[in-house]
Amino acid sequence: MSLLQVKNLHTSFFTDSGEVHAVNGVSFNLDKGKVLGIVGESGSGKSVTAYSILQILTEPGRITEGEVLFDGADIRKYSKSQMRAFRGSKISIIFQDPMTSLNPVYTVGNQLCEAIRLHSNRTRRQAHERAVEMLRLVGVNEPEKRVRQYPHELSGGMRQRVMIAMALACEPDILIADEPTTALDVTIQAQILELMQELQRKLGMAIIMITHDLGVIAEMCDEIIVMYAGRVCERGTSDAIFYHPCHEYTKGLLRSIPKISKNHEKLVPISGSPVDLLNLPGGCAFAPRCEKAMKICLSRQPEEIPINDEQIAACWMNVRNVYDEAAKGGERP
Amino acid sequence: MDSFPKVYGLTQKPTFLCQVAARQSSVQKGSGFMLRYTVKRVLLALVTIFIIAAITFFAMNAIPGGPFEAEKAPDPAVQAVLEARFNLDKPVWQQFFLYLEGLLHGDFGISLKTGRDIFVTIMDSFSISARLGGMAIALAVVGGLALGSVAALMRNRWPDRVIIFTTTLCVAVPSFVLATLLLLVFCLRLGWVQVWSTTSQSYLLPVLSLALYPMSYITRLTKSSMLDVLGQDYIRTARAKGVREQLVIFKHALIPVITYVGPMTAYILTGSLVVETVFTIGGLGTQFVTGITNRDYPMIMGTTIFLAVLMVIMTLISDLVYKLVDPKITFD
Repeated sequence: MSLLQVKNLHTSFFTDSGEVHAVNGVSFNLDKGKVLGIVGESGSGKSVTAYSILQILTEPGRITEGEVLFDGADIRKYSKSQMRAFRGSKISIIFQDPMTSLNPVYTVGNQLCEAIRLHSNRTRRQAHERAVEMLRLVGVNEPEKRVRQYPHELSGGMRQRVMIAMALACEPDILIADEPTTALDVTIQAQILELMQELQRKLGMAIIMITHDLGVIAEMCDEIIVMYAGRVCERGTSDAIFYHPCHEYTKGLLRSIPKISKNHEKLVPISGSPVDLLNLPGGCAFAPRCEKAMKICLSRQPEEIPINDEQIAACWMNVRNVYDEAAKGGERP
Repeated sequence: MDSFPKVYGLTQKPTFLCQVAARQSSVQKGSGFMLRYTVKRVLLALVTIFIIAAITFFAMNAIPGGPFEAEKAPDPAVQAVLEARFNLDKPVWQQFFLYLEGLLHGDFGISLKTGRDIFVTIMDSFSISARLGGMAIALAVVGGLALGSVAALMRNRWPDRVIIFTTTLCVAVPSFVLATLLLLVFCLRLGWVQVWSTTSQSYLLPVLSLALYPMSYITRLTKSSMLDVLGQDYIRTARAKGVREQLVIFKHALIPVITYVGPMTAYILTGSLVVETVFTIGGLGTQFVTGITNRDYPMIMGTTIFLAVLMVIMTLISDLVYKLVDPKITFD
């Protein structure tokens, strides 16, 4: 059984202008020690999926349907105090912006120790030692000095390291990284990603890596989920998604990544604007922006169709391809 | 109470010496630094007080007339003697330095009307004003924080609406209207409370009229800063760690309130001119007003300097406390 199973998760924000369908039936499994990438543009529901798992959605957000099973137990049925004990100790999260995610009025050490003492029986002194040890592990120089400093005295990369240290201090089974490098400059991005890979090898936790940049996570993920409008449009191994994308949206995402080898090639943006989550279209949510949209795309939502053993895509094109190939071979599927 | 609007400026940002240094490479820590800062502030405060004293003194003397030129003027000879006794016959700048000289010896002079020692008079009336003010401050801070928290946590529900409506009303109504209204309704119409006199001294109404404005102000301040904090990323982080977020929120919500409470305390403790007058309470505010109407120069100077000193001390304390709760503030 998978460590984490998310089944048909639906999350909505009930705003004054109506129900915003942020996540619409996302399912995935995550095994021990594996790395799952969730990719998609802003507003595709990546972060909301993560917050739903941890139940840290802010008002007026609510999970409306679905199950989140951790080790087989449905954590949606947990009480508030059970959930508090669960967060940080079983599943931890690091956020996009380390500048604002650390509390400005407490020292780094204080915030680390808070998490450590909450989930273990360590004394104040032991927690402090653990905090220093964690800072050293994530590559913060002079950890003994840093624990006594405030967040505003550290650089962005340093703060993200502190966030990672805080998330890993209680040895969680799963680390959710919500765009951990987006707010950092490029050289620091690479350092942070390397650090996460290294820690993953060392500590063996599973990681859910959320990003809008496919390039960032390609080499570290075992599996990738591509999301659009709160739905999974394609999933598969890293290689399959990269070299053999089967959903038009994934193809578009890949085309919009700059390539160093082809200097003068123009980047191809995906035309149109993101879908209106207040009024989801009846068919495929990507159809209005899709160059190859067919009649059926506008009226019926495609299901997740297996392409092969390691890839699944929710796109009517694939059904046609299957038919075409079958027709060529002279047999009916 | 009518002097409250002046306090606003102080609540918006920490005073001029405290500046937010967004990124300081080195930490300034320890009591040594705090002490040096305090000494610096005290020295600067002396300059401030000197300037206040000078302005008051010269402004006071610039107005035509004098303490012994009442309608029923005494005999010119008597007046001359009196003026000589209190140095009023000398040039104004000389009078000022004579006054300062006395001040340096701890001599505030005597009242030109009652002949009592100014310092003793101020202390006597201050004890009344301070007792009244102390209760009002306690009510304002406790009530304001509680109501503000309730309003923030139950926002857009009926308790929030009721609280915000009432506090808006209390902020808008001037204190002399409020004090008169309370007096009229509870003392005269309903007869629940006795009018303030030498035999019956019920603090209820004066405290209420003093406290309602700052309480409402603190309520609104607490609510807005709590709502602001609720949306911050670090609250989400706290939640994600499994921490109860209420405690975290409360500490942050306190920060702006601290900057307001310091100067407010000074104003309330020194007695509100209006409330003391309406309730005929012989506090410091009353002394100040009668001092002015009587052209009682030493009295005016004494109360002004006393008020200035208290104000400076309270501002300094609130700046120091502010530094303790918000590490981003540095002293330079």
